[in-house]
Amino acid sequence: MKKSGAEILIECLKREGVKHIFGYPGGVVLNIFDTLHDEKDIKLILTRHEQGAVHAADGYARASGKVGVALVTSGPGATNTVTGIANASMDSIPIVVFSGQVPTMLIGNDAFQEADIVGITRPCTKYNFLVKDAADLARTVREAFYIASTGRPGPVLIDLPKDVTAGKSEFIWPQQVNIRSYNPTYEGNKWALKQAADEIARAKKPVIMAGGGVIISGASKELKELAEFVNAPVTMTLMGLGGFPGTNRLSMGMLGMHGTYYANMAVQNADLLIGIGVRFDDRVTGKVGSFAPHAKIIHIDIDPTSIRKNVRVDVPVVGDVKLALREILKLLKEDAKKQRSETGKAWLEQIGRWKKERPLTYKYDKNIIKPEFVVEKIYELTKGEAIICTEVGQNQMWAAQFYKYDKPRKWLSSGGLGTMGYGFPAAIGAQIACPNDLVIDIAGDGSIQMNIQELATAVINKLPIKVAILNNGYLGMVRQWQELFFKERYSHTHLESGNPDFVKVAEAYGAVGLRATKPEEVEPVIKEALKVKNRPVFMDFVVDWKEKVYPMVPAGASIDEMIFDEEKEEKKEKKLKAVK
Amino acid sequence: MRHTISVLVENKFGVLSRVSGLFSGRGYNIESLSVGETIDPQISIMTIVTAGDDQIIEQITKQLNKLIDVIKVIDFMEVAHVEREMVLVKIAPRKEDKAEVLRLAEIFRGRIVDSGPKTFTIEVTGDEKKIEAFVELMKGYGVKEFARTGKVAMAREGVKK
Repeated sequence: MKKSGAEILIECLKREGVKHIFGYPGGVVLNIFDTLHDEKDIKLILTRHEQGAVHAADGYARASGKVGVALVTSGPGATNTVTGIANASMDSIPIVVFSGQVPTMLIGNDAFQEADIVGITRPCTKYNFLVKDAADLARTVREAFYIASTGRPGPVLIDLPKDVTAGKSEFIWPQQVNIRSYNPTYEGNKWALKQAADEIARAKKPVIMAGGGVIISGASKELKELAEFVNAPVTMTLMGLGGFPGTNRLSMGMLGMHGTYYANMAVQNADLLIGIGVRFDDRVTGKVGSFAPHAKIIHIDIDPTSIRKNVRVDVPVVGDVKLALREILKLLKEDAKKQRSETGKAWLEQIGRWKKERPLTYKYDKNIIKPEFVVEKIYELTKGEAIICTEVGQNQMWAAQFYKYDKPRKWLSSGGLGTMGYGFPAAIGAQIACPNDLVIDIAGDGSIQMNIQELATAVINKLPIKVAILNNGYLGMVRQWQELFFKERYSHTHLESGNPDFVKVAEAYGAVGLRATKPEEVEPVIKEALKVKNRPVFMDFVVDWKEKVYPMVPAGASIDEMIFDEEKEEKKEKKLKAVK
Repeated sequence: MRHTISVLVENKFGVLSRVSGLFSGRGYNIESLSVGETIDPQISIMTIVTAGDDQIIEQITKQLNKLIDVIKVIDFMEVAHVEREMVLVKIAPRKEDKAEVLRLAEIFRGRIVDSGPKTFTIEVTGDEKKIEAFVELMKGYGVKEFARTGKVAMAREGVKK
């Protein structure tokens, strides 16, 4: 029996195990929405903006490990997804976005709500398709999910002209996917793995640098085993937080621009750097020429283009992180039960000294709320078990520094693209994927306004998401740069006078709004928020606007050239002198 | 360093744009490009001439391999190979130069593919140096039109570089 394209599409989604779609209707996707109207197994979550839909699908994917799905209409519906798609692309998140398209005979005619979304998203998707015939639909959907979720994952877009979803065809589900030109390498090269194991056994001052690849490949267990077996300290990139337990004795937290002093010092003094599922982003390496100057570098990643893209690599391993770590562990165990714990001791002691010298800290103030204090309190009161989403900027960095992530998929943050407005819709996706988890979005007063309309989505779906707005009345991170590098000329970063009353905004949408203006109010507000089980809560924390994120590696400096709070005045003088 | 890279791709719409987008998106230049179907109509071959240091070329070949529609990438820098391109030159020589132009065409094993009362069109095939030399010579005789293909390349049998 023939089915309509829309019916075929929904049938395909069921076979792919899709339970939720984040979407927004429009003219050319009416057939699909009509089919969804009677659908029991798949629920469409109506967001209030297409960008929100894609971020929600992304958050869903990050929290669950499954492919996130978004469905939007043509033209503006499709172009509104671009930021979300680019965001997922940079962070290797598997999502499939379905966009409506004008009927095939109108494509290229500048028809109403027409946009060449396949052309527009070509550089920011892993792959994209324009389906021209309903008969190709099933195969295309199958391939899209396969491409999105295998190898280095990423977003895939399928453009669906209206006549394709309205047209009829036989439904034939392809049993297998066979794309001759797409065969990701999973097994690392044996010789390279042997080299890696030898280098690890030999190293006196090794550092493990774990990235998002550890989480994607589900290699947390293997990573922990390796770190403990060789007694090597572990630092994580922003994307890697939770890949290794943040409370483990070997954890040094995050490295890079706002990384810990000890993580950056360890990398700069290491004799071996083991990069696992990382891509050596510029926010991590600082000045590339002086990054890890004394270290041999082992780089394990599934994407060959990541290797030697930014830094020199001595031992490249192209393959799945989990498989590679297993193999390395096997080699280390069977071959050289070298006294790693002994040789590593002096090194760990050195790192311990750095930790003592400059711990991650801030100055508590009893009169004004410090943003770090809010994050710390959230950590304490949620026992470190919440799924934390963030926006982008200071809020993101404080959430990365002062909340410790012990498990993977509990930290959802826009790492590569740095998308303000990501966190809240991502939290919606995460809460839908994990209804029993506590989901918190740590936001700024700037970022939250970029997708604040999704309050409606959260309210209508009774999602008990907590949004902690670290409200400093500024685009804080940009303001911080202006203060440090642009002579305190705060050009267009002051938001306070235009900010709405966030408590009233929440209430207007039917959510709960709470506010804390003094340090002693922080804990009661969080506790109050945690009690709410059937709708979202905005917590407006009016925080010290002068607070900055430290340590900080200035742009273009080496990562051991960090600036710290107390050195601010001194540095300023130095800079002034240099100018004179 | 200049490299000639052959890329076997799926013969589908949009593939050329994916390949060229890879170059433009990273600020790499394509010096010449030729595309054609292979014996298998589902597969096309692109021959791309580009320039860059070792790291750039490594990125280019890796990124090409990463494209879903790319089946195979060959960097001819690493292989002994033959390269050919073709040029069509329409020339309007003075009466007294006609014989000389024809003689030069013959030296370059060119063929006269069209001739009219005022012009000749000469076709020359060869490697880059030969084409350049021919074009340089013709410049003195009143070139009216000029068209040049991109390069195509093929590995030699059994010769290792």
